[in-house]
Amino acid sequence: MLTILFDGIAYGMLLFVLACGLAVTLGLMNFVNLAHGAFAMAGGYITAVLMNRYGVPFLAALPLAFIGPALIGLVLERTLYARLYNSSHLDQVLFSIGLVFMAITAVDYTMGSQQQLIQLPAWLEGRVDVLGISIGRYRSFIIVVCGVLVVVLQLILTQTRFGSQLRAAVDDPRVARGLGINVSLIFAATFAFGSGLAGLGGALATEILGLDPTFPLKFLIYFLIVVTVGGATSIIGPFFASLLLGIADVAGKYYVPGFGAFVIYTFMIVVLVLRPQGLFARTP
Amino acid sequence: MSNGKTSSIGASLVRRGRWRIPEIFFWVVAAGALFVLPDYLLLLNEIAIIGLFAISLDLILGYAGIISLGHGAFFGLGAYVAGLLAKYATGEPLVGLVLAAFAAAVLGFLTSFLVLRGADLSKLMVTLGISLVLYEIANQVSWLTGGADGLQGITVNPIFGKFEFDIFGTTSYAYSLGVTFLLFVIARRLVVSPFGLSLRSIRDNPLRARAVGIPADRRLVAIYTLAAAYAGVAGALLAQTTQFVSLDVLSFNRSADVLLVLVIGGVGYLYGGLLGAIIFKVLQDTLANITPQYWQFWIGLVLVVIVLVGRERLTHWPRTFWERLAGRLVRPSKRLRTRPVREV
Amino acid sequence: MEAALETKGLVKRFGGLPATDNVSFRLEQGARHALIGPNGAGKTTFINLLTGVLPPSSGQIFLEGQEITRLRPEQRVRRGLARTFQINQLFPAMTPLETLALTVSERVGGGRDWWRVIGTRPEIVDGVIEVAERFRLTDVLDERTSSLAYGKQRLLEMAVAFACRPRVLLLDEPAAGVPEAERDELLATIAALPRDVSVLLIEHDMDLVFSFANRISVLVNGALFTEGTVQEVSSDPRVRAVYLGEGFDA
Repeated sequence: MLTILFDGIAYGMLLFVLACGLAVTLGLMNFVNLAHGAFAMAGGYITAVLMNRYGVPFLAALPLAFIGPALIGLVLERTLYARLYNSSHLDQVLFSIGLVFMAITAVDYTMGSQQQLIQLPAWLEGRVDVLGISIGRYRSFIIVVCGVLVVVLQLILTQTRFGSQLRAAVDDPRVARGLGINVSLIFAATFAFGSGLAGLGGALATEILGLDPTFPLKFLIYFLIVVTVGGATSIIGPFFASLLLGIADVAGKYYVPGFGAFVIYTFMIVVLVLRPQGLFARTP
Repeated sequence: MSNGKTSSIGASLVRRGRWRIPEIFFWVVAAGALFVLPDYLLLLNEIAIIGLFAISLDLILGYAGIISLGHGAFFGLGAYVAGLLAKYATGEPLVGLVLAAFAAAVLGFLTSFLVLRGADLSKLMVTLGISLVLYEIANQVSWLTGGADGLQGITVNPIFGKFEFDIFGTTSYAYSLGVTFLLFVIARRLVVSPFGLSLRSIRDNPLRARAVGIPADRRLVAIYTLAAAYAGVAGALLAQTTQFVSLDVLSFNRSADVLLVLVIGGVGYLYGGLLGAIIFKVLQDTLANITPQYWQFWIGLVLVVIVLVGRERLTHWPRTFWERLAGRLVRPSKRLRTRPVREV
Repeated sequence: MEAALETKGLVKRFGGLPATDNVSFRLEQGARHALIGPNGAGKTTFINLLTGVLPPSSGQIFLEGQEITRLRPEQRVRRGLARTFQINQLFPAMTPLETLALTVSERVGGGRDWWRVIGTRPEIVDGVIEVAERFRLTDVLDERTSSLAYGKQRLLEMAVAFACRPRVLLLDEPAAGVPEAERDELLATIAALPRDVSVLLIEHDMDLVFSFANRISVLVNGALFTEGTVQEVSSDPRVRAVYLGEGFDA
């Protein structure tokens, strides 16, 4: 059972890295970006291609899995997304759905629809026995990497000037602008960073969740659950929500194999009905 | 009270309820296609079904302002109910329609309370979540639904005992068109009624709507239930006319597609669903012939372009046309004359 | 005589702060009562509590002797309590004709009617005309609300509240933002409100207050500071001190 807990935590932290960009975008720009998963997919495919076609080692590919989607995100944000910040949520939903459709079919066309397989380096494979619990090496790696990321993110958010400007902009963009904060720059930087994180998450997820062109839509609901249950006003909220979701999903699939998925969806619906602003959000 | 004023204001309000020439023309053409386009009846049947599905979405999106990413749940439920009924109980099509509508309405009613609360994103998520739950259920009970292979072996009796379903789709199209027309008439009546007007007010300004005494929640539950029933009927039509139901009817793609259909045609004036269905299906057919695997790419592109250009701008012409017809936007020269008319 | 509207110990706290502080207030039948106070005194919060938009932390509200504290906003409207908003809350895509027809139809119980085309019931049409004439909107009935002049929108805001045939009408700064040229029309309309409707007016504009009200309550920091006739309140030095130069000349 502890193995399940451990796996659940690993899964949860992975979900967090994948979804936190979405949480910040929603909280910051109030933009419903359903195409977020596409950036994760991009990171995964970049890693797979680099490793399989060009023999790049796994660890070396990871930073590129961050940078690639970050750049794509930056370009898209400046050229397309920025025009829709003041549009209705319906428009944003339609737009991002359109983008996802395009991304999925483009990847299907260029890379084929089969699952992408990567070969993990030897030191990340297999399991280790720690205090009687069987722990996967790769999952430990994920927990470490994601844990470091969370700490770094929280530090940036709370200790740096950029972080406080970001928090100000989330709280009230108009007032932030009035204080001389370059809100557009913050939006662009944050969007790019969030997309990069998603890309990194996608690369890490390839081994655990599987990577094929349907990835963005398959896991969209998970990202959305993290954001809505965790709230979009901090990163601690989504962090705990991801952990909760990861553990619940793994446990559900193990203990009630047929209905594991229901656990998640029902949980989400219940939370949304009882606390529409999320379980962990600050009450306004 | 002066009669002149009363009658002109009353007339102005009533005018929007009356059918217009272009509308009658539209339906006559639709019916005429039955005889004039015999090679395309299967396609026309699909258009009618999607059109009805889109109208059902318009009722909640265009008139009540609820963004739903999971409207396919009702469509799919209706399809499976009708399919299972035909397979295991009776092949009587009208019974299937009624039962499908009822089942979808019940689901709609139960889930409507979840959709009342929360912001747009919440509604989106809850509706998406519900359709995903249904998809999972259908997947899990594959012994009943056929799972990924789909529900097969559906046989449907002739309509009214006389009109058999042929392979050319004549009966199918006539059937779907008839049902769609009937439901359309009801919906059209509803949107110009006080109830329909109150829905629009709830969409435009829920705070003010409540402040004039409108029980917003009750109205929203009512329209959501009705829209679910309509979607269920559309699903049933699909099951009965194609005699096959696949898991796809409950997929996210279905819900996204119907949203696209409605957006292409224009939200909020009922005919948008029908126009969008025609455009979408023709587009899809053409694109699928060119790139059978990747036509979704172009659909996605269309969506992106529509949003960037501006939905309002694109559907400006048909909507203004419609509003002029309905007497809601009046040119200054025709403005309501309400100067007191002295009665002699 | 029973009060038209009454509150007993009404309190509303946001976090630790009382925005409404133990307010016990009486609006008499047929009153022309004004509620004034410095900015941030909690006047709009009070109105929101009265109409049910905000739930109170404690206290009770009575409409013509019946307790309405637990009722939802739309239920209070049906009992005869209507309000206007400080910032117009209208239906931008609808015309005044539709807006008023909707309101009147809800009032006469036709709101659930989904089969009949709106406008076929004469009492609805008559109701619309009556309100439109009173609020001088007959010329603009068919224009989109969003394209109306601000003064006309403000009149529509009041017309909508009035079309509910309320027993008690709450006006939240009706003259706010209305250009000079359109004020007279607005003021005349307010003055012509029928006597059987009890009116509570929130206003900063003292001309309006003096010409309209016969009783004034002063709200400061969420609590009722003082109350009395126009003469009493306007000559009260404490009230002047509280306002300190907010155009309070008597």
